[in-house]
Amino acid sequence: MTGTLAALGVGLAVIGAGVGIGMVGGKAMDAIARQPEASGDIRSAMIIMGALVEGAALIAIILLGFIIK
Amino acid sequence: MISRLLTALFIICFSVSSSIAQAEHDHSHDHNHGDHAHGDAHAPYDPAGTAIHHISDGNVYTILEAIHVPLPMILYAPDKGWDFFLSNKFDVGHHENGAKAYNGYVLYHGSVHRVMDASFPNQGMVNLDDTGHGAFVKDSVEVNGKKVEKTFVMYQGNKLALDERSTLDGGLLGGGITSFYDLSITKNVLSMIIVALFLLWIFIKMANAYKARPDRAPNGVQGFLEPLFLFIRDEVAIPFIGKYKYKKFLPLLMAIFFFILTLNLFGQIPFFGSVNVTGNLAVTMVLALVVFFVVNFSGNAHYWGHIFWMPGVPTFVKPILAAVEVLGLFIKPLTLMLRLAGNISAGHIAILSFVGLIFIFGESGANLQGSITGTFMSVPLSMFMMALELLVAFVQAFVFTLLTAAFIGSAVEEHH
Repeated sequence: MTGTLAALGVGLAVIGAGVGIGMVGGKAMDAIARQPEASGDIRSAMIIMGALVEGAALIAIILLGFIIK
Repeated sequence: MISRLLTALFIICFSVSSSIAQAEHDHSHDHNHGDHAHGDAHAPYDPAGTAIHHISDGNVYTILEAIHVPLPMILYAPDKGWDFFLSNKFDVGHHENGAKAYNGYVLYHGSVHRVMDASFPNQGMVNLDDTGHGAFVKDSVEVNGKKVEKTFVMYQGNKLALDERSTLDGGLLGGGITSFYDLSITKNVLSMIIVALFLLWIFIKMANAYKARPDRAPNGVQGFLEPLFLFIRDEVAIPFIGKYKYKKFLPLLMAIFFFILTLNLFGQIPFFGSVNVTGNLAVTMVLALVVFFVVNFSGNAHYWGHIFWMPGVPTFVKPILAAVEVLGLFIKPLTLMLRLAGNISAGHIAILSFVGLIFIFGESGANLQGSITGTFMSVPLSMFMMALELLVAFVQAFVFTLLTAAFIGSAVEEHH
């Protein structure tokens, strides 16, 4: 893949990651606002979900940036 | 009040000095070559190349950018046979380039290459030419009609091509089978051995402490490891695998979690050779393979039935689902491998880019004003990235373990 096309793909992947993690964070904040005493559970679940969503974006970045030539 | 001020001052001095120590190395490197009158008499700073170099594996372990610890080289060439020697035979200098060649092998940017030219002696030690910037030069050549930058070694006035080590990626990452196989103890292998021995020592010590004083409150290193151990057991192993079957798989989960966590943290220590073990696709691939074999060998009839003949769906969908599920068997460990490698490598590249800001602003040592500006910009950014990397180290080890437990749980689940 030429440089520009790969860079475009990486940018799109990062947009996906941003939207996904933003939604996870937003819903987590809604949930904490509704039930403050569950904030510990919600916080750990939010971090785990964030890692999984970010994993998908990073897989795309690795494949585009370093593997597909 | 005074102690808080002193702590803050200490932290700032430490981070500034760690950035400057790296800058010092390249500064002194510039002054060693006398022709530094013009700004770019020396090669301009290459941030991408430096970042890739620092996250790659190498055959010499450089501590504090100055001490090159030699590592055992174990090389096999089909036409020549085995070669065993220590990598200090390469006379390692700046940029981890070797000034000498041994048995036809040279060291370029920390990795071993072979010179396949007929005019190059393939026995014994030879001195390479010194062009003033070392023995290696870059030149563009035509490959398949495209101009590619390749590196050559200068020997007796001739430019000789370099052959890289064989890799088993089938050309995916630009590698392939070449003229020799590198089976040496590299930086990553040595780090994994060190970390494995360290974990062995810590956990045996902890187990003996529990045996010697049963039913007592934990103290010492137990106080740090016991909450982590209980967290993995109570929040990951038991909920996912079930409270009757988790004991069989607990050693594997603990080993995966603590190995990955310690390797992640080891890669974050600033001067220790900047090893990037878990960011290496080969290492994470082996971890993912272990998970793959454990999950599939402990799958029961219920598990395999769900993969090949999923109950509860119309019959015409079942073959399609079977194909998708078989693909999923391979994709799930593949995502484990790519997720861990990507997160850790991305963090290292970010930190290296921020430190590289110093060189970009200082124009590789030409502009002192620029260097100082670069330092003041890069130090807070690097500190922030390192804090984030600490979090990422824990979270990625935890997510790998969680997903392993989830896959094992789905493999040993009983029908209900």
